[in-house]
Amino acid sequence: MTHHRPFVDIRHAQKCFGELEVLKDISLQVEQQQIVAIIGPSGSGKSTLLRAINDLDPLTSGEVWLDGVQVNKLLPHAQYEKHINQVRQQIGMVFQHFNLFPHLTVRENITLAPKLLKGVSDDEANALAEQQLEHVGLIDRIDYHPSQLSGGQKQRVAIARALAMKPKLMLFDEATSALDPELVEEVNQVMKMLAEEAMTMIIVTHEMGFAESVCDRVLFMDGGVVVEEGAPEVVFHNPTQDRTKNFLRKHLEGAK
Amino acid sequence: MDIDLILRVYPHFLKAAVLTIELSVLTAILGLICGSLGAAARLSRLKAIRFIGAAYVSLFRGTPALIQLFLLYFGGPQIGIQLDAFQAGVIGLGLNIGAYMTETIRGAIISVHKGQTEAARTLGMSRWQATRYVILPQAFRLMVRPLGVNINALIKGTALVAAISVVELTYTAQRYIGSTYKPFEMFILAGVLYMIIIYATGRGISWLDKKVRIQ
Ligand SMILES: Nc1ncnc2c1ncn2[C@@H]1O[C@H](COP(=O)(O)OP(=O)(O)OP(=O)(O)O)[C@@H](O)[C@H]1O
Ligand SMILES: [Mg+2]
Repeated sequence: MTHHRPFVDIRHAQKCFGELEVLKDISLQVEQQQIVAIIGPSGSGKSTLLRAINDLDPLTSGEVWLDGVQVNKLLPHAQYEKHINQVRQQIGMVFQHFNLFPHLTVRENITLAPKLLKGVSDDEANALAEQQLEHVGLIDRIDYHPSQLSGGQKQRVAIARALAMKPKLMLFDEATSALDPELVEEVNQVMKMLAEEAMTMIIVTHEMGFAESVCDRVLFMDGGVVVEEGAPEVVFHNPTQDRTKNFLRKHLEGAK
Repeated sequence: MDIDLILRVYPHFLKAAVLTIELSVLTAILGLICGSLGAAARLSRLKAIRFIGAAYVSLFRGTPALIQLFLLYFGGPQIGIQLDAFQAGVIGLGLNIGAYMTETIRGAIISVHKGQTEAARTLGMSRWQATRYVILPQAFRLMVRPLGVNINALIKGTALVAAISVVELTYTAQRYIGSTYKPFEMFILAGVLYMIIIYATGRGISWLDKKVRIQ
């Protein structure tokens, strides 16, 4: 019997920081080309869950699988390091605060990892950087330093840097939360473009409108559990759980 | 003030100043080596190595440098370590300042934002690659100034080796006081030369700091 394992398969994820149980038996399946949004109040464990997927915050118990490979398998240290570096090359991650390398130019930010990890030549790496920057509309900034860019531009470079590794999956952790309101749209546009290109994405966000417009599925988390999960029309407009309703109501009031 | 006397003895002081500079340079090099190894040890993944690093720092920062020098120079021969005064000075002061530099270098490394390591590791870089290509280049820029403070302390600290008869500036001043009975002039002369060395070094550090600063 062949048993289909979802492209991203998180099973019974539990995460404790000391006494604090931040993820309580969470399971999440994402198929290829799906886009899933994770919403929920501050401290509900959204980032922790996202960071468990590439093992940046290793789970206390439970399993994470990507494309048929267990991400967090138990291996001796040296073997595990090799394994996880291999896995991480396939997962792009975008952070709230961009985390561009400030000592490198935009070009170098993008070419560093492909050169180091994939043995790409200088010429190929440059072509790759140019191609990715065209993609996010920043080719004219290729020789700038991150400090010379606006927040929105920084985030687009961060996305280009992640894409240069040709990931199978992109993780976004509040990619627009640190941006001035007028810069949010340009980053959202890039994410929409990725959606159209059928990238598989898991997006932690506070922007309900954006989530509704690009996602196939929405997860509402609170207190380390998934309270409600479903199509955006349902979760945003006809939620069944009181906690979801309360959260959305508060959020709408907050947005006004 | 006896200007004639100063004009008469100053060439000897210049020679002593050269020795002070040599001592400082060699000590700084040894200190940087010890500091780098110490910082690497303090940040090691292995507990035993972290412990060695921590022990080194607390040992050398927790006792007077003069005691360390005396122990090495006078106590060394008892356990088979035979060093001349200059060698003992460089090694003693270098190990001592290395403990301070360990903390400076470690401090610079850990003050690089942890998001930098996360971004590097997320792309698939190994711990070493993240350190080598992302963390250290940023940490170097952060450590120039505080290392300059260590080097300033080290230059002044070289005066200690007068106590084991290395003919550097302080020892030379004391020797000429013995023969001239003019401590005021002799210490002024030595002091001015120290100031010049320290000022020039400070300018060099500022220059380097500006040069490497991230725009
Ligand atoms: N490294 C850590 N050590 C200890 N506790 C942590 C750590 N990281 C997160 N936590 C705690 O885990 C809980 C969940 O944090 P997490 O960052 O996943 O929340 P979040 O849903 O992403 O919140 P936000 O919307 O504010 O980003 C919080 O209570 C947080 O304080
Ligand atoms: Mg978060």
